[in-house]
Amino acid sequence: MHSTGKGISASRSTPNWLKTTALELDVFQSKKYYIDAELRDTACVSDIREALASAKSEDTHKYTELVQILNPQNKSHVDVVAQQETLLKFLSRSVAFLDAAHHEELLIRILGMKIWDHPPNVVYALLELIISLATTRGKYLNCCLEMLIFNLLSQPHILNKKMREAPSWVHSALHKISYLVPPAPSQILYILVKRMPNIYNKGHGLVTYVDASLKLENSSIGKVVGDRILRVIMLRLLDLDVEIERDDIPQDDSTLGLFDMELEVACPVQSLNQNYSKVSELLDKLMVLSFEHLESCQNAGRLDEVFEILFDLFENLILTTCKPKFPQFLLFYACSLDPEDCGVKFASKLLDIFLSSNKDRVTRTNAVDYLASYLSRGKFLHASFVASILKRLVDECADYCRTYNVGASSGHLVFYSGCQAIMYVLCFRMRSILDVPRFQLLLTPLESVLSHKLNPLKECNPYVVSEFLKQAKAGGLFFVSEAFIFGDLPESETSRAFGGFFSFYPCLFKISNSFISPNFIYWSMVKRTHDEDEAFAEVIVYGDTDNDEDYDDDPVLDNDVKRMSITPKQSFMRDTWRLSKMPSRIRPSTSPSQSLLFKCFRNMCFEFSS
Amino acid sequence: MEGLKMADTELMVYIHPSKCGNEFSAVCRELSSLLFQYDETLDGVLLAFDFTMKSKGAKVLAGLNPYFGVKVESKLLLFNPKPNSRVEGKIVKISPESVHVIVLGFSAAIITDVDIREEFKYTMRNGEGCFVSTSHKRHVLKVGTMLRLQVQSFDEEVMHIAGSLLPVDTGCVKWLEKQSEEALRSVDLEDHKRRKIT
Repeated sequence: MHSTGKGISASRSTPNWLKTTALELDVFQSKKYYIDAELRDTACVSDIREALASAKSEDTHKYTELVQILNPQNKSHVDVVAQQETLLKFLSRSVAFLDAAHHEELLIRILGMKIWDHPPNVVYALLELIISLATTRGKYLNCCLEMLIFNLLSQPHILNKKMREAPSWVHSALHKISYLVPPAPSQILYILVKRMPNIYNKGHGLVTYVDASLKLENSSIGKVVGDRILRVIMLRLLDLDVEIERDDIPQDDSTLGLFDMELEVACPVQSLNQNYSKVSELLDKLMVLSFEHLESCQNAGRLDEVFEILFDLFENLILTTCKPKFPQFLLFYACSLDPEDCGVKFASKLLDIFLSSNKDRVTRTNAVDYLASYLSRGKFLHASFVASILKRLVDECADYCRTYNVGASSGHLVFYSGCQAIMYVLCFRMRSILDVPRFQLLLTPLESVLSHKLNPLKECNPYVVSEFLKQAKAGGLFFVSEAFIFGDLPESETSRAFGGFFSFYPCLFKISNSFISPNFIYWSMVKRTHDEDEAFAEVIVYGDTDNDEDYDDDPVLDNDVKRMSITPKQSFMRDTWRLSKMPSRIRPSTSPSQSLLFKCFRNMCFEFSS
Repeated sequence: MEGLKMADTELMVYIHPSKCGNEFSAVCRELSSLLFQYDETLDGVLLAFDFTMKSKGAKVLAGLNPYFGVKVESKLLLFNPKPNSRVEGKIVKISPESVHVIVLGFSAAIITDVDIREEFKYTMRNGEGCFVSTSHKRHVLKVGTMLRLQVQSFDEEVMHIAGSLLPVDTGCVKWLEKQSEEALRSVDLEDHKRRKIT
């Protein structure tokens, strides 16, 4: 059998379905007469079945011809391509006649075909055959799924125009098989897990893998095995996270305070080590894929469902891991996409873990650590919500003060971590809390908690305590003794145990940072209560409380440039200048009992004078 | 529908020591891990279970893993369609060469064209493929129809049923039941006539 330029020359051995194909091409081109398509197809199908049956007989030449069509060497010839397409199309209607014992070679050729090496029409016919084979013959289900997933994961980095839709065809084939064979998703998951690139593979393969897996998660297959797909991906993110170190953070520089470190640290993460930069780049791409996946879940209306899965993973994997740097931002981003639902749920669930006496103390302290960092950094969180969570923390600490067991074997770590969390959040949110008197009222027990004989101010992180006390004094939160301010606070053993607040530390990568930064409060954006010039030291402006415009709209992306001082922003300067022109000048009271009353009085004076 | 059976069993479930105090949920979890999988010991696919703890005490398993065994009396719903039995499922796809059916929501059944009796011919109606009986025009098999089929074989690993529509008592369940009702009614009528004559 040989092929000519236009068709295939007929020979005695050419099967009918091949002759018919050539005739069809001529017919299509000439458009002269009509062929009964159904009769033609039926004839072709019976020819194929006859050829398959011939494999069991002595004369196997028909079967051998079939196998030759799928010879990988022939792929580029136009006629061969047409033959392949036709063969695959009619084979899909005869899968019941395929027998592993007699048609091994044909099956090997079919299942070994790489879709990226063939034109779209052949690929389409091949996928139809695979779907037919997987759904008709139970014993071929696994190898068909393996073939599809292998092709999906071996997708070239750059696809030509014609093949750009091919990955979606493969996904579609997987969905069709899952629809017709309900146990298929479990098999797909098993194969996916088996085919995950190993941890030493830092190339593009892992990106393709995660991309394909996330698309499967956001589909009908994900309804069955989505949670396990996300778990596999999260585990890999954690593995990569561990390989990245904060090389530029001076770990032992005690001259730098905790908050100053954030201003000092270069971000995005850079490293002199070549291997780390490869890992950083990879992790950056994977984080971006994950963020985009969350966006598509939101568009599909299933973000809350995915959030529940993510939170379970967070509780089981991230909360128990020692200070991961990046995977927790998946939850941060999910919360920023849906602050009313996911945003609130995240804080509430963390709070529940902290308040739950069934959990071990390490989990509880980690949970409140994340909660504090989240409440401080989430730009999308309203001050009223933050205040309500702070109230519950304060009440819990106050309860502890009333009922604690002096000789507790675990120490008072949970209590101190709660106090530290409250102070940390107030370092970021002091102004917005003080601006609304009812918020401040919610925190009334805080004063007694901090001055309790358990002495949390001594046991908590000295930088946090120092910053908190400065702001509390300037803001008039409550009476603060001079002895606590500006002292050279040594780090106690307990405070060293907390390790610092790096839960949502602003140290992301270049591209993924662009997703997070619009919703992230950087320390340099925070308007502290003592952020005033000398001339206006005695004036506090009451601006809008829940207004996001209070914060700098220009997110800090490059800390080298934004090594900012703490001078107030321009709008604030304008306000203070205007108000300072007024005849009355008011000094902040340091009397504790009058602090709330004093604020109300001051408010009234401003309204009166303006 | 054949192939379903209820089994009363006595099981010994071994539970990790951390689950001590919460044995009920631990046993639930263990039995749930067997759901929708073929188990050789149980001789079927476990579909549902209900259990009660038989005794208050438990025996710790000797060895490196100190699991403790809890005796449980359970009722298990098992599915194991034997060859030549009848099962019912919903048609999800029809093509000229095959009919795809889902049985009990988890098992895929396939009937190829060689196993469909001559009575049924493939045709297109309203843009959808269906099989219509040549002898009874109302007997139509299309997507969404509940189908009764004969089991030829059951692949336990993937829970795949190879079915057949060759026997006359297979086909659309609704139509078959209607036929059997009419047959019963005509038999009653015959009996009544005979009695009247006598």
